Amino acid sequence: MQNNKRQFGFETRMLHAGHIPDAITGARAVPIYQTTSYVFDNTDYAAQLFELKQYGNIYTRINNPTTAVFEERVASLENGTGAVATASGMAAQFITMMTLLEPGDEIVASAHLYGGTVTQFTHTFKKLSVKVHFVDPTQLDTWAAAITPKTRALYGETIGNPKGSILDISALANLAHSKRIPLIVDNTFATPYLCRPLDFGADIVVHSATKFIGGHGTSIAGVIVESGKFDYSHFRTIADPSPSYHDLKFYETFGHYGFLMKARAETLRDTGGCLSPFNAFMLIQGLETLSVRMDRHVSNAKLIAQFLHDHPRVAWVAYAGLPDSPYHDLAQTYMPKGPGAVFTFGLKAGNPRQAGQQFIESLHLFSHLANVGDARSLVIHPASTTHQQLSDEELRAGGVGPEMIRLSIGLETAEDLLWDLDQALSAISE
Amino acid sequence: MGPGSSLVCDIRMNSVLPPELQAKYQDPNRIRRILADTRTIAIVGLSKDSQRPSYFVGSYLKYEGYQVIPVNPTADEILGERAYPDLLSVPGPVDLVDIFRPPAACVEIVQQAIQKQAKAVWMQLRIINLEAAQLAEDAGLEVIIDRCIKMEHGRYNGSLHWVGMNTELVTARKARRYF
Repeated sequence: MQNNKRQFGFETRMLHAGHIPDAITGARAVPIYQTTSYVFDNTDYAAQLFELKQYGNIYTRINNPTTAVFEERVASLENGTGAVATASGMAAQFITMMTLLEPGDEIVASAHLYGGTVTQFTHTFKKLSVKVHFVDPTQLDTWAAAITPKTRALYGETIGNPKGSILDISALANLAHSKRIPLIVDNTFATPYLCRPLDFGADIVVHSATKFIGGHGTSIAGVIVESGKFDYSHFRTIADPSPSYHDLKFYETFGHYGFLMKARAETLRDTGGCLSPFNAFMLIQGLETLSVRMDRHVSNAKLIAQFLHDHPRVAWVAYAGLPDSPYHDLAQTYMPKGPGAVFTFGLKAGNPRQAGQQFIESLHLFSHLANVGDARSLVIHPASTTHQQLSDEELRAGGVGPEMIRLSIGLETAEDLLWDLDQALSAISE
Repeated sequence: MGPGSSLVCDIRMNSVLPPELQAKYQDPNRIRRILADTRTIAIVGLSKDSQRPSYFVGSYLKYEGYQVIPVNPTADEILGERAYPDLLSVPGPVDLVDIFRPPAACVEIVQQAIQKQAKAVWMQLRIINLEAAQLAEDAGLEVIIDRCIKMEHGRYNGSLHWVGMNTELVTARKARRYF
């Protein structure tokens, strides 16, 4: 009873937050509750659960005890008030937006986003009458200029995909709050170990947990984390009586849990984008070693970025960890441990499209595939794969050229990765 | 289910009180003791409207086994329990007075709680009246401020965790239900 003031560190919470060993079995590892549904105590309890007057397990599309460990653990690591896990990162951002927005609303988003996000925002949101204005994330004025009375949120990636631009989170949070709208940050590339956007004023964090959080490349997943600090009292979708919940006012009733309760009990329930308990278990295994892995990812990435920077067949390297990067100072502010392990570089070649092909075909250790954040090193040529749905205009706005190669640096022996890149660069014909 | 033994971790989020007042009025071990020792809870300002926050809290506490006494001058009965216009009209003893009234109303409610010989006073989220708190403390009552009794109960019985919230509880000890 003497000391109830201990603030446990990040690594301790990676292993323990969100899981108290079970009272009956004492199971030390998190058990997999592979069940769709849960027996109610009695009819009164069931009614209370369905009215959200009790917190409890109803149906795995809404919540699950294994998934809850993953959710609380990520919330703890991000310094958030809670979390909602989703089937994928795309589902995380979709559920976030469908909780916040109504037809006719607008958002202002960074143009330096994952191609799939740009497609979702541009085309799927258009069907829902939501308009997204894309702006150069490095120019604060362009964000301010794009905000209209219909704007309901700002959106960006901590480390912009694919150019490695670093979001000025504090400045954007101040801008958003001056308009009484939330700032949503996709923190996939940084992970909460390298950067915690909520600490810098962001209101909602979304992740593709498929990437570094899992780390093993086995499971697709997403998660939404909220700070609990944003005042939604004027925000219609969160504050007004909800017709799909007996006119429940989520913000008045649940306060700092209001957004997340609505995201779970309404949007997750209605869109069906829940995480499977088995995948939640896999992600928990990943979280337990997050800091150790990220330190190695970053140290390997720094070595490789410098190597490429000095290589005669490389035109440019877009990694904010390099001293001459225009984003180096912002990276120091927001992620002093290092700006992740995913970055792009440009080949110096007469025919960059062909050179890109030759380079990728010559690699031995880098896996050619459409993912990042695996324990293994990965490579892709965005113009012909992840960004191929984008028009030329969208490609240019996203900063993707035909010479661009994206790397996700894994945990292999650094010298082996350098060797592989060097021999593949040498294989490019003049 | 929550941690079985005393808490060694800090619980700090979601309060507007400064750290020194959080230490004074939100001590986790005191909160758990109040939740464990309390049997009868008078909820002052409990609404008749089933979609108001106070009703959510009242119905939760009743289901969890507490005797809930509604205090509301505009109602005869809430949650199937007889309602009273003020604390002094409640016939039997009251362990805990849970307040859902504006801060300005708190001094008078605390005076009545002292007269009723209640053991503790709980001011719900953002209902902050330090003068009323001091009055209660001087009379030997325990005081909790700027916390929700439903959320706190859910934190320590494990149910808040089931909806993905950050309970801030970190322990490797086996769970045991405390109340």
